[in-house]
Formats: sequence, structure tokens, C-alpha cells
Amino acid sequence: MLTLLRPACAMLAAMLLLTGLAYPLAMTGIASVIAPRSATGSLIVRGDGEPVGSALIGQGFTQPAYLHPRPSAVDYNAAASGASNLGPTSSELRESVKARRDAWESENGGSAPIDAVTASASGLDPDISPQNARGQARRIAGARGVDPAQVLAIIDAHTQNPLLGIYGQPRVNVLMTNLALDAEFPARSAPME
Amino acid sequence: MPDLIGYILYAIVLTGGGYLLAAHMIRVYAGERNLLSPLLGPVERGFYSLAGIRPGASQGWRGYALAVLGFNLAGFGLLYAILRLQGLLPLNPDGIGAMSPDLAFNTAVSFVTNTNWQAYSGEAQLSYLAQMAGLTLQNFVSAATGMAVAVAVIRGFTGTKDSGLGNFWCDMTRSVLYVLLPLSVILGLILILQGVPQTLLGAAHVTTLEGADQVIARGPAASQVAIKQLGTNGGGFFGVNSAHPFENPTIVSNMFQTMAILLIPVSFCFLFGRMAKDGRQGWAIFAAMSAMFVLGLTVIYLGETGGNPLLGAGANMEGKELRFGAALSALWAEATTAASNGSVNAMHDSFMPLSGLVTLINMQIGEVIFGGVGAGFYGMLLYVVLAVFLAGLMVGRSPEYLGRKIEGREVTLAILAFLSMPLGILVGGAISATVPMALQSVQDAGPHGLSEILYGYSSAIGNNGSAFAGWGAAEPWQTTALGLAMLLGRYAIIVPMLAIAGSLIAKQQSPSTAGTFPTHGPLFVTLLIVTVVIFGALTFFPVLALGPIAEHTALIAGQGY
Repeated sequence: MLTLLRPACAMLAAMLLLTGLAYPLAMTGIASVIAPRSATGSLIVRGDGEPVGSALIGQGFTQPAYLHPRPSAVDYNAAASGASNLGPTSSELRESVKARRDAWESENGGSAPIDAVTASASGLDPDISPQNARGQARRIAGARGVDPAQVLAIIDAHTQNPLLGIYGQPRVNVLMTNLALDAEFPARSAPME
Repeated sequence: MPDLIGYILYAIVLTGGGYLLAAHMIRVYAGERNLLSPLLGPVERGFYSLAGIRPGASQGWRGYALAVLGFNLAGFGLLYAILRLQGLLPLNPDGIGAMSPDLAFNTAVSFVTNTNWQAYSGEAQLSYLAQMAGLTLQNFVSAATGMAVAVAVIRGFTGTKDSGLGNFWCDMTRSVLYVLLPLSVILGLILILQGVPQTLLGAAHVTTLEGADQVIARGPAASQVAIKQLGTNGGGFFGVNSAHPFENPTIVSNMFQTMAILLIPVSFCFLFGRMAKDGRQGWAIFAAMSAMFVLGLTVIYLGETGGNPLLGAGANMEGKELRFGAALSALWAEATTAASNGSVNAMHDSFMPLSGLVTLINMQIGEVIFGGVGAGFYGMLLYVVLAVFLAGLMVGRSPEYLGRKIEGREVTLAILAFLSMPLGILVGGAISATVPMALQSVQDAGPHGLSEILYGYSSAIGNNGSAFAGWGAAEPWQTTALGLAMLLGRYAIIVPMLAIAGSLIAKQQSPSTAGTFPTHGPLFVTLLIVTVVIFGALTFFPVLALGPIAEHTALIAGQGY
């Protein structure tokens, strides 16, 4: 066994330096040159220099003037991602879906799309479906005192399509759309409760 | 229809990529000059002289196995120490403290055995040093260990007595330098450009549009995500793995990551064909794996896009990210459980019962549908030994594979390796389903609760690492029991497979005759699939009937729990 000691320890030390330190640190160095913004979390900074979030990470919205995100099992805690992990026959899941559907439909009218009533995998899903977003347009327009068509236009402009037309879902980034809404209708950007 | 085109395109690119990679790998493992030798040759030689290794010296199967065990034991010690001491070590901007002993044991075993079960949540419980020097290191070397063992086993089936099984230190070093590291750099750069963070800065603090504080965890993620996909490791940087928008931000990042899960496992089929100097042998195994893959994917796809009748119309979106939807979540789930990857881009706990059934079967048959890097292939060779043996019994001739006789010793060893799976899953699961302390881990009532236990032990034995994550795997009982299951599932297969290789390479190769059962045609492919089903799937059918199948019938009847 003693003959194994030297190769085992020496190899481990060499691999530690190469793959455990040199590789991630070199990648960090390269990242800071080729993509400094996305490598540090795609943060969005508004005019006053304060970051308001990350373009990739969902955040909670409850005010009527904003597009609302998908339900989150962790309440949009971006330091502790998580899902409900409830199984398909769970009564708890069925009840929360029913409660979310009732809430969405009483806020917005119409029938709630499935992504509006189910919690995401990460609890930080930045996107909602175009149906979900468009379904909220009338409420947002009402809260901002503008024509729903103007809100719909902003939503449509922020709708991304599947890659090559085959991979992924059409989607609307909630934070980016809400920033656009605030920019477009600045006077009413701080609505009341 | 777009989904089908997407799947076909994925299969074509994956097969092509695996084929090209095999052409590179055959040179790498032969120790010949390859594309990267000018750059990395000096590094390779430096490693050997540091470790005192003569690269030409082939080891016997016992020597090879001892080197695997010694190297992995040293790796376990180092990782355990880092996890326990991370609070005192540098590169810890968020001030994360030491991991508890049982969790550190579980995590260290998990990464050394290429399981990468996450009983912890990365962003909350690991320093950047632990992520890099602890986990990323093991992501490379545990994957390289699996690849090295597979290459040695293939040499046993195809090589000659003189060439021997090879040298573990060389095979492991070459796997890292010429395969895993360059691929990780390429994938890591793609991920960085797609938005995966790669920074040493601590968490970002922002004020949301509605005025709430949000703390956004980040870190050197891209470098680790790249290798955890390529090395079928699967341990994510963040708690929810590749469902996290930082770990897998775009469709492009998702497609590259899904490709990376199966790239090296697919290439092993072609590498086998080249080493056997008969490409058809590799294609036959590739065909058997592909057929089972397509079948599993079909069931998951139909279940997830069909949705949950108890929740209303639409796809099953609970526990899924909108950008991926049902189709790409189904593809990932099939790939990650077919391989021993275990990374997820959607929560398997919330999948439909029959989708959960497929992921369970994928793991319980030993992850031989492409499987883990190296591990999937030597696992499939275990079934090949059994299939050839069965064929021999049926036609009344002494069984042969690639010109070598399969005899009592090989079959005994294959069965011994195979038994570790039912032993770990059924016995471990049964204890966990009866001991009150272990039962506390179960989250869901009804048959789904049993599925959670089964999934936990199947994943641990299979060195997969994905979970029905509602199940409390972080309880001390489970961290310890699962740790032991992971050790069993790794080494109780590696050692017998190396022994089979050692026994085969010592045998005379006889040329095939008209009476030899051909192992490259459709008949053999069918026989191999049937063997996997009979040995693997039927062993677990009774308990699967009580879990996912019972849940499926309850769901149809509109019954909730």
C-alpha cells in the first residue's frame, strides 16, 4: 500500500493545482475580460447608479401597475433557490393551484394560464408566458391610467421566441418589461397600494 | 412537431460529436500524439515524474483496482477536510461556516464517487474555495476515474495479454488533460457568454423595483457547471442546479449542457468499436442504448406535455422553468438519468408518475443507457456478459464475446456486480421505509412517498445524484445511509468489472467461425435490450408497482393525497 502513497498524493496535488485552482481562476480572469457584465451576474443599474436586480433573476412583484411573475416556492429569495417539489397527486399542490387561479382570475379576469398558477423549478424564474403577460395588460393599463394597447405593445416588444423556432418556449422577461413600463410611463411609475 | 425536429437535431449533433471525439480519444488512450500534445504533453510528463510513474508500465487488474481505490481514498480525505475547514480558509466572501460531519461525509463520498448528490445547497453552504478546490477538482478526477476504468475494461475485452489493461495513473491523467479539461474550457466560455456568472465577488445586494431587498448569490459558477455536465457529475453550483437562471440562463446554454451530459458516454460506444477493431460492435451497443433512450424519452415527453389533469389544462409546469417548458425538461430528465449525471433543469419530484417511473428505471438498470462517463459503458459490458451467456444457454454452445470464451468466473463476477443494485435499492429503501427516524424524510403522502424513498436510493446506488428533492436527504440518517449506498454502487461494480477484464485478457482469442453467435446484428441488439429488461427492470417491478404505477392509477381515478 505504501507504494501507492506517492502517486496518489502527488497526482491529487497536481490535479488540485490544475483543475481545482488554475482552471477556475483562469476562467474567472478570461470572463472578466470577455464578458465583465454577465460574468458578475448581469446586474441592471438604473440612472441613479443603484442596482435594481439581475436581468436573469426573477423578483417579486405585487403592485397592480407591474407585470407579476410566476409563483415562487422561496418568495424570490435569490440566495436560496428552491421549488415546491410537491408530487403530482399532492392535495397541497392542488389547493395552492386553485387559490392561485382564483387570485389571478379575480385580479385580471379571463382564465389563468398554467404558468401563472404553478411554481417554477428555481423559485427565481425570470419569465412568464406571453398569454400570462397579455392577460395582465388591462390591469396594468388601469393602474397606470393608459390605453391597454400601449401596454400590450411593450409586452409584445419584450416577447422572445423559441431558438431556431424549435427549442424552448415563447416568453416575456418580467423585470425587463416592468423597467420598460416605468420608462415609458414615468409620471405614474410609483403607483399606490 | 417542432419538438420532434428539435429532438432529432439533438440526436444527430450528439452522435456526430461523439463519433469525432472517439477518434480523438483512441489516440489519447493509446498514448499517441494527439491534437493537444504540443500544448499539454509537457504537463502530462511533469505529472508522471512528480508522481514517480513509468507511463509504459501496464498494471494487472489488482494493481489497477488498488490504484483506483487509493487515489479515490486520498481524494475523499482532502475533500472532507476542505468541507470541515472551509470557514477558516480563504475565498469565502460570504462568510460560510464549516459543514457538519455527517453532511461533509455524504458530500465527500458523493463527489468522489461521481454521484454529486446535493444534500446541501451550494449557494448557502459552500465557500468559493470549497466549490473550486473541493468540488471542481473531484468533478474532474472522479469522471476521469470512471473513464480510466472503462478504458481498462475495454482493453480486457479487446486487447492482448502483452499490452495488458494499462496504467490507471496514465489513463486518469490523459482523461483529464486531453478530454475533460479542453472540453470544459470550451463549454465554460460558451456558458460565460450566455450569462452564467464567473466571479469571485460575493453575493450582490439590490433593491427591487418595489423597494424590497434582494440578495443575489453568484460566484465562479461557469467553470464548475461545464465540468459537472461533461463529467456526468451533476452537482450544481446553486441549490436547484441547472434550473437556476444563473446556472442555465438561456436556451443556448440549455442545449449545450444537455449535449454535454451525453457527449462522452456516446463517444465510448465508438471508442469501443475502434478498440475492438470492429466498428459494428460499437454500433450494436449504441443501437441498444439509443432504442431504450427513445422509448424513455417518449414516455416522459407525453406525460409532461400532456399535463396534470388534477391541476387543469396545460403542460405540467409545476417545478419547471418557463424558458425550457415541458419538452426540454423531458429531454434533460431522460438524459440525466440515462447517464449518471443527476443534474436537473426541472424538479423530478413534481413530474407525472409515469415520467418518474422512467427516470427510476433508467437509474435502477444501472444507468447503462449511455450512462456515466466510462461507468455507463462498463456497466453495459456487464449486461453484455450476461446476454452472451444467455444466448449460449439458448443455442447450446459455449458463450463467446469478441473471440473470448465467457465462462463461470466472468458470469459469477458479473452477477456479483449486478447484485449491488438490488441490495442497495431494495434493502436500503426497505429500511428507510420502516425505521421511524428514516421515515421523517418523506414529504409526500400516498404512493408518491414511496417513490421518493426509491428515487433516493436508486440515485445513490446508481451514482446519479438527482433527487425527488422534497425528500429530506439532509437528515443524518439519510446522509450516512446514502453515503454508504454510493460507495457500494461505485466500487462494488468497478472491482468486479476490472476482475472480469483481468480474466478475459488472459484468455486465448479464437477466430470466429460460422457457428459463432454474431454480436453486432439486430438479433444481438434485441437480446441485449431484453437482458437489461429482464435483469434490471423486472427486479424492481414489484416495488415500482407500489410507487409510481399505483400513483398513476390514483391520478387517473382523480385521487389526491
